[in-house]
Amino acid sequence: MTEVWITGIGLVSSLGEGLDAHFEALSATAPQPVVEEARFAPYPVHPVVRLELDKQIPRKADQRQMEPWQRLGTYAAGLALADAGITGNAELLSRMDMIVAAGGGERDVEVDSQILAGLETAADPDSFLNERLSNDLRPTLFLAQLSNLLAGNISIVHKVTGSSRTFMGEELAGVSAIEIATRRIASGQGEVFLVGAAYNAERIDVLLNLALGGHLWKGAHVPVWTREGEGGGLVTGSMSGFLVLESPDHAKARGAKPYARLLSVLSDRCRRAPGEATENGRRAIETLKPLLGDRPVAVVSGATGAAPITGEERDFLAGLREEGLVGPVRALTSLVGAGYDATFPVLVALAALALSRGAFYGSDDPTAFEGETGDAPERILVNCWGHWRGEGMALLAAAD
Amino acid sequence: MAEPLKDHSGRPVVAVTGYGVVTSLGQGVADNWAALTSGRSGIHRITRFPTDHLRTTIAGTVDFLCDPETPSPVRTERLAQTAAEEAIAMAGFEPGRSFPGMLFMAVPPVELEWPARRAIYRQAGDTGDAYPRMIEAALRHNDRALYELTLYGNVADRMADRFGTRGAPISLSTACASGATAIQLGVEAIRRGETDRALVIGTDGSVQVEAVIRFSLLSALSTANDDPAAASKPFSKNRDGFIIAEGAGALVLEDYERAKARGATILGVIRGVAEKADDFHRTRSKPDGSPVIAAIRQALDDAGVGPEAISYINAHGTSTPENDKMEAMSLEAVFGPAIASVPISSNKSMIGHTLTAAGAVEAVFSLETIRNGLIPPTINHNVPDPSIQLDVVPNVARAANVSMVLSNSFGFGGQNACLVVAAEPA
Repeated sequence: MTEVWITGIGLVSSLGEGLDAHFEALSATAPQPVVEEARFAPYPVHPVVRLELDKQIPRKADQRQMEPWQRLGTYAAGLALADAGITGNAELLSRMDMIVAAGGGERDVEVDSQILAGLETAADPDSFLNERLSNDLRPTLFLAQLSNLLAGNISIVHKVTGSSRTFMGEELAGVSAIEIATRRIASGQGEVFLVGAAYNAERIDVLLNLALGGHLWKGAHVPVWTREGEGGGLVTGSMSGFLVLESPDHAKARGAKPYARLLSVLSDRCRRAPGEATENGRRAIETLKPLLGDRPVAVVSGATGAAPITGEERDFLAGLREEGLVGPVRALTSLVGAGYDATFPVLVALAALALSRGAFYGSDDPTAFEGETGDAPERILVNCWGHWRGEGMALLAAAD
Repeated sequence: MAEPLKDHSGRPVVAVTGYGVVTSLGQGVADNWAALTSGRSGIHRITRFPTDHLRTTIAGTVDFLCDPETPSPVRTERLAQTAAEEAIAMAGFEPGRSFPGMLFMAVPPVELEWPARRAIYRQAGDTGDAYPRMIEAALRHNDRALYELTLYGNVADRMADRFGTRGAPISLSTACASGATAIQLGVEAIRRGETDRALVIGTDGSVQVEAVIRFSLLSALSTANDDPAAASKPFSKNRDGFIIAEGAGALVLEDYERAKARGATILGVIRGVAEKADDFHRTRSKPDGSPVIAAIRQALDDAGVGPEAISYINAHGTSTPENDKMEAMSLEAVFGPAIASVPISSNKSMIGHTLTAAGAVEAVFSLETIRNGLIPPTINHNVPDPSIQLDVVPNVARAANVSMVLSNSFGFGGQNACLVVAAEPA
């Protein structure tokens, strides 16, 4: 595959806004997460840093038409475009292709709660439900629930108006978004893409979903590798990562420099019988072996803390380390949280950031599995196994 | 050996070797085609749930596959499976064997629905706020099957298992253009040489009470409840909104040479694909139609043809005042005065708007139109709109030699996707 350049990064999480804030937080010797423990107690989340929305979404009318996940994503997309130096470049934006990974479905918790209570005493519950929903739902809320309306808002606010596609499906959607953009660029089916996702963790309606799946971590925040003994669980984090991906020729022609080179993105799925994800990971590593270079690669992991898959991923990575293929491992999800669709774009952004700064990240791993930080990485492997499905991997290399 | 067939840009030709469909008109291509070409409507009164207080009480739901209580994602999957089984069998692959290609699926967004939400609430204690109580109840019951219904990748993942497709499936949404986008992704993957074939599906079984209310609140739905079969009237002066509907369309796309080599029947080709995003408004198109116009032009360019090559247009034709006006205006801009003599019809006049599935369902009907030399009508066309000068094939199917179809799909969020579907290259 022909390499693809990452020429712009937009990043927002609980650790801050932008590249400097993230590098500073993560390159500390023992980086610490920002955790909100009170708001949804006893369930911790990583809250998004406070944003001055006006900086990237100038019109209040636009801000009002979005729910938090869309504002977060539209904001980060604006950061990525500005970082790539293409904000306001009408000619380029009009042919820029976009792939967004998204869930959606933010609910009006107040309305739901009132209706649920009312249904218990209503003489005719069905009729009551219809009447309340018809009267109480905000018409514009629907537009915040549609998965493709993050992309729609990015088109409106930032004028990205080539093709616009939204992939769905939790962590795997984020992997596929970057994978397909990369493949299209490498094969000449496009030259410049905006790719990314946003996740709003500060929603009690999604905590309910996680609880149904037995994936909701309760109590004090701990790093992902140490959750298995307690049954595993996710601490979700609000985050958004957007990347500008370009063919090297396109970037050179406009004088853009890469943060890093994306050498390959691979994905697969399985039913998650024990060992199946490892098989997929092994197959991906075999494919990537010729590109890994001659010293162990640093790994950024998207381990979610879900059991038993987080333990299987640790064993998989430990095996690669024994073979001398990988060096230090950093589950950055211990620090920014689990971000569903946004996880992989955020991790790829953070890997590119480390390569561009010539330093890998610190670790505060009580299990000591993650290993010493080591020298400046030349390549970083991003391993992203979804909490339920999907095995993704990316290999990035430092710019020449 | 003959040179491999390439398109005008030197790319592999993408053939269609199988397709399947389910709509409110019935299950399978044959039944649907018979109904569609006899001008029959599948729109009916909603019986799945009570419709008290609803402004719209009619829909094109598919009621013959699942019980009324079936959660939307399960119905959506069942629709997809039914259409895909037909497509795979038509393409000559053995049922029950792994499908040797990738899976691209247009699926509707999912969420916990009211019956499930209410059941959790009733299991919860009776003090404190609703959601924290429900979380406690959910943790106690740990209903993983219900959890999976809240996952956006679930339907495609289950289909990947069922059909043994290769690699990670793609689940996508471009709102009402989704079905067309799924086809585009499949076409692109085959053109890249990544896969010899792809199973592409658009499916939507998500008509439940809150979905109807949401579209109602945006004033998108027809309220012509008195005569359901007459409610969808695309391009008519008295059109008053779309009819929410369900269905699925599935296509087997293949590298033309590979399909020939295995002796498959070539049912048609996907000759051109294009998309163009609109930056004007969340639900309305740019008044000058430029994004729609660009999407149509790019699709023709991608197909390597001019507008004169198009012998029929399968319209998006939702029956909303806004869409039909914009679509007509944009077609006029691309085709010029010649548009008056290009037949165009809207399948949605009979099956309603199958939302996420529409682009795939209508691609299937576009292929049938080519293969049968018969254009399905736009029914309920009794009050023409004088501002729309199109040959909408009113009310009665028309025999015609159709070799190339432009199929349009537009969606909320500025989504505009166009396909050029053609007969097998001579």
